Amino acid sequence: MDKVIDLQIWQLAAAYIFVGILLFIVRLRGIPREKEIIISSIRMTLQLILTGYILIYLFDNSNPFLTILAVGIMEIFAVHNIFKRVKVKLSNKLKIIIALSMVAGTTLSLLFFIFVVINLSPWYDPRYFIPIGGMLIGNSMTGISLGVSRLVEGMTDQKHLIESALMLGATSKMASKGIVDSAFDSAILPTINSMVGMGIVFLPGMMTGQILSGTSPVTAIEYQIAVMLGIVGSVALTVMLFVQFGYKTFFNEQHQLNI
Amino acid sequence: MFRLERVKYRDILDIHALTIPKDKVTCVVGESGSGKTTLLRLFNKMISCTEGEIYYNNNAISAIDSIELRREIVMLPQTPTIFTGTIRDNLLIGLKFSEKPSINDERLTEILKMVSLKKSLEENAENLSGGEKQRLALGRVILMGPTVLLLDEPSSSLDEDTERIIIEQLVHCTRQNGKSLIMATHSKKIAQNYSDTIIEMKNGKVVDTRRIVDG
Ligand SMILES: Nc1ncnc2c1ncn2[C@@H]1O[C@H](COP(=O)(O)OP(=O)(O)OP(=O)(O)O)[C@@H](O)[C@H]1O
Ligand SMILES: [Mg+2]
Repeated sequence: MDKVIDLQIWQLAAAYIFVGILLFIVRLRGIPREKEIIISSIRMTLQLILTGYILIYLFDNSNPFLTILAVGIMEIFAVHNIFKRVKVKLSNKLKIIIALSMVAGTTLSLLFFIFVVINLSPWYDPRYFIPIGGMLIGNSMTGISLGVSRLVEGMTDQKHLIESALMLGATSKMASKGIVDSAFDSAILPTINSMVGMGIVFLPGMMTGQILSGTSPVTAIEYQIAVMLGIVGSVALTVMLFVQFGYKTFFNEQHQLNI
Repeated sequence: MFRLERVKYRDILDIHALTIPKDKVTCVVGESGSGKTTLLRLFNKMISCTEGEIYYNNNAISAIDSIELRREIVMLPQTPTIFTGTIRDNLLIGLKFSEKPSINDERLTEILKMVSLKKSLEENAENLSGGEKQRLALGRVILMGPTVLLLDEPSSSLDEDTERIIIEQLVHCTRQNGKSLIMATHSKKIAQNYSDTIIEMKNGKVVDTRRIVDG
């Protein structure tokens, strides 16, 4: 660990010059974004410092309940974030489905990852459990957000097509198949694309962090591959659950469209 | 065949009593916004009445499975729907949705002739004109051979001659096969010439039911 360069406060402060440059450019061009830039820089700093202290506390007090609590809080933030990010109006039923698919999909993938893939012991070791959980949850959140928008837009824009299919004797499942498939597809596409660029276009955050903190690149890569596959699985599972149950909220039990 | 008892749909439709006979051609006429489409949609349970009950062959429609009902009572919507793909795909999709066995190209060509569509089965359906799309959608539902056919203004974008030829054949076909046809239409002529019963609607109410005596 002695290879790691511990940043001095003044060095860190120097990095804020980048924000200064951005502010300068924005002012020069008269783009009214200064307030947002300053607020988000401050938020980023405060949130990370806070998270740092929380993590120190969690790592020092390795305890299954605290670990699960931390992941649970991440889960809540993620679901909340999906509701906020999606521009379309969501029915209450759909919101419940979003929350349940997020929790079920990420929990299953995380448990599989912890118990089978890396066989962690103790299983709740916060050094692994929390960051890996965060990555699965964060990526699934992005996936579901895309899936939700696509599904709701598809259902409203193609209402006529769905109704026509129903009039021809289709079940609601048949009638919405095209929309459901395209929602699933657009939700997992970014994850698939990020596998392609992995290691060439960018070094993923987790690997960069590990390498910077002195882990051998080979170990870091092994973890990165495992985590990437875990992310693919988690995104696919959550989005699958979401679309499978989500499309049903647009129909009543008489197979009538209720939008 | 259909019997309506004190049917209301929101504040759009209010029909105290109405009977539609089996194996007949029935036309629904009335000005725009009078509730023709809404009435047809009630018959194949695309919507359910908010009050009252509709009986189909003496069974309450609310108790019949929607999917089974719609496979027997097929509706052609007012705006024709074209699915991505060729004309063949578009004709066959009705059979696919209703899980009926597919049929060969020979029969498909016959159907195209029946709706006077002189196009090849391979052609991309999206390039068709408005009237051609309407005829293609009509061909699709005829092909399904439903017991009851609900047509919502099937000839609104056709010229008078084409309209007459197609409706004539359709009516002939319906009578020959002992099926029922219910058709919403703007055309007084069509209603007068081809139907056994004319139902006239106004502001969501049935204002007149006329039986046309064969002559
Ligand atoms: N889903 C709905 N929500 C609110 N109002 C509706 C809805 N569907 C129909 N209406 C209203 O009900 C009335 C009857 O509509 P409907 O489509 O049945 O008329 P129509 O006789 O078929 O007219 P047109 O000849 O123009 O097709 C109209 O005033 C319409 O605005
Ligand atoms: Mg109408």
